Amino acid sequence: MTSTPAAGAPRTAVLDKDGLAALVAALVADGRTVVGPTVRDGAIVLAPIDSAEQLPYGWGVELEAGHYRLSHREDGAAFAHSAGPQSWKNFLHPQREKLWSADRAKDGELTVRAEPPEAVSYAFLGVRPCDLRAIAIQDRVLTGGHFRDTGYGERRRGAFLVAVECTAPGATCFCVSMGGGPGTDSGFDLALTEVIDGAGHRFLVRSGSEAGTALLDQLPCTAADRETRQAARTVVADAADAMGRAMPPVDLQRLMGGSLEAERWDDVAARCLTCGNCTMVCPTCFCTTTEEVTDLTGDHAERWQRWDSCFDLDFSHLHGGPVRSSGRSRYRQWLTHKLGTWHDQFDSSGCVGCGRCIVWCPVGIDITEEVTALKAEADTKGHAQHGTHEKEAER
Amino acid sequence: MTAVPMTAVPAAHGTSVPVPYRVVARWEETPDTATLRIEPVGEPLPPFAPGQFAMVWAFGRGEIPLSVSAIPTTGGLAHTVRSVGAVSEGLYAAEVGQVIGLRGPYGTGWELEKAVGQDLVVVAGGIGLAPLRPLIRDAVADPGTYGRLNVLVGARTPADLMAKIETRQWRTAYTGVTVDRPDDRWKGQIGVVTKLLDRARFDPHNATAFVCGPEPMIRATARALVHGGLAPSSVRVSLERNMRCATGHCGHCQLGPVLLCRDGPVVGWDRAEPLLYTREL
Repeated sequence: MTSTPAAGAPRTAVLDKDGLAALVAALVADGRTVVGPTVRDGAIVLAPIDSAEQLPYGWGVELEAGHYRLSHREDGAAFAHSAGPQSWKNFLHPQREKLWSADRAKDGELTVRAEPPEAVSYAFLGVRPCDLRAIAIQDRVLTGGHFRDTGYGERRRGAFLVAVECTAPGATCFCVSMGGGPGTDSGFDLALTEVIDGAGHRFLVRSGSEAGTALLDQLPCTAADRETRQAARTVVADAADAMGRAMPPVDLQRLMGGSLEAERWDDVAARCLTCGNCTMVCPTCFCTTTEEVTDLTGDHAERWQRWDSCFDLDFSHLHGGPVRSSGRSRYRQWLTHKLGTWHDQFDSSGCVGCGRCIVWCPVGIDITEEVTALKAEADTKGHAQHGTHEKEAER
Repeated sequence: MTAVPMTAVPAAHGTSVPVPYRVVARWEETPDTATLRIEPVGEPLPPFAPGQFAMVWAFGRGEIPLSVSAIPTTGGLAHTVRSVGAVSEGLYAAEVGQVIGLRGPYGTGWELEKAVGQDLVVVAGGIGLAPLRPLIRDAVADPGTYGRLNVLVGARTPADLMAKIETRQWRTAYTGVTVDRPDDRWKGQIGVVTKLLDRARFDPHNATAFVCGPEPMIRATARALVHGGLAPSSVRVSLERNMRCATGHCGHCQLGPVLLCRDGPVVGWDRAEPLLYTREL
């Protein structure tokens, strides 16, 4: 495998299943914690793996609003499943993280100790193009501003990303309508496209970084033949045409900004349980809260950061009570932030079209359906929002 | 008084780790509000501007955002805290000599320097005077730089007025103090703070207003000022939302498109008005 034109230059090659196993083995041998899709508890779950045998060969998923089922696949594909209940934020931006601890000595002396960043070097295997975009969005939110979330930054900097292009979108997927797609050209170290046809079960592999090329150079791969390249292009193009859902093609930021007083919020609030599942499974939702915990002596305190949800009443708590007490206002906050004010705050949408919020909503609320309804209401009313402004002023 | 040196280990989580400050003086402003004069135990935080805030930590309880209520030229800071929750109760009860933690400075300031040559209208509701106090002190200390200084203070009752003596000592073109519910001894103005605007001396076409207090008071005051001729962008208001990180990462302080820890707490009324008139935003 020394046919590289220049060290580190992007390469395209073909791996078979043994080659994929060698890829996992090489990452493990490199001292990395390899995280990939596995089957557990009736779902495709992201978990540490030490061998490619743990990948969900032969498993697919059946998705609908409020519905997730595993299904067997005849073709034995490893990556023919769309987004599961987790995303990579579970590892890069974990649910709980200790920030620092403090001790109070008998004489009242206090010592604060910052928690050193976790010494972990991840390799993520099977990152979907939608999730690659989600990682890029969290990068901007957590490390792109004036202050950096250093824990996230450290984990992210050390992470090796093996993307896998999407060949089996679910009925809840709508990445294409969010400006993404089942294929990807950047943001990864290696990108795989799974191809299964008469010529066998194999993976077209492209490197997207020097580290990716260096690893690829170690693997037992064959030259990228024209048939495999063509087959890979075809399965990804077919996936783009097979999106189960679509977001309405409108300026979503503007629609959200103009819909703050829409009647549709009452409609969705009548169904929404404000459980926060959508925020937990969303690969870009980043909100956290902090907790200070003390031990029984009362002299050792720890500051923990944990995921929080804008659906929680306490989220907006001020001394007088919560700012957003109604379910209507909390669903509105989530949706208008995700699709609207995210642009103001972080220069992009907060939605990548992965469909997780639709699948894992216990009552099957569908973000694309809600936006379609908001658009229909806006079209009907025109710009009738101005009148309410003055009425609100009198309160 | 116990000497309690506190050491902070600088590390990767630098922005989330509090820096030790010692309480060197404490006085009660109102029955539930105290001002803590604090000085750094070791290295101080970078300088604060009036209107900016710190995340202030009480050991074992947590952190809350507090705007600075004084930036003494001799160093150190002051914070005024009203006891309304677990953390603020702990800070309110802090004793002289005790060490608390601080992170900051965070957020936008009043930007008094942009009002050079203009009349100043400072309007405070309750302990909303605290974040305005360093701004007033700067303006009083530098009278030639600005036009006429007006300080308008409102509170629910006479007992809720903070910095009562200092308020009378400021050399201003007009100082007005009013309460909603007077007690038997109150001989001053009665009513909402906007009633004082007629007595204030300023040219609405060449003035900047600085407003801090409860949200209904901010809305009423800003509208009255704009009605009186001030440009909405010349009315600067300090807003409040739940905050956990102050570094733009936790999402709690969102007010529509604004992250208040980053884009606030001080914002122009041109930006704040539509946000404060959307219910439960």
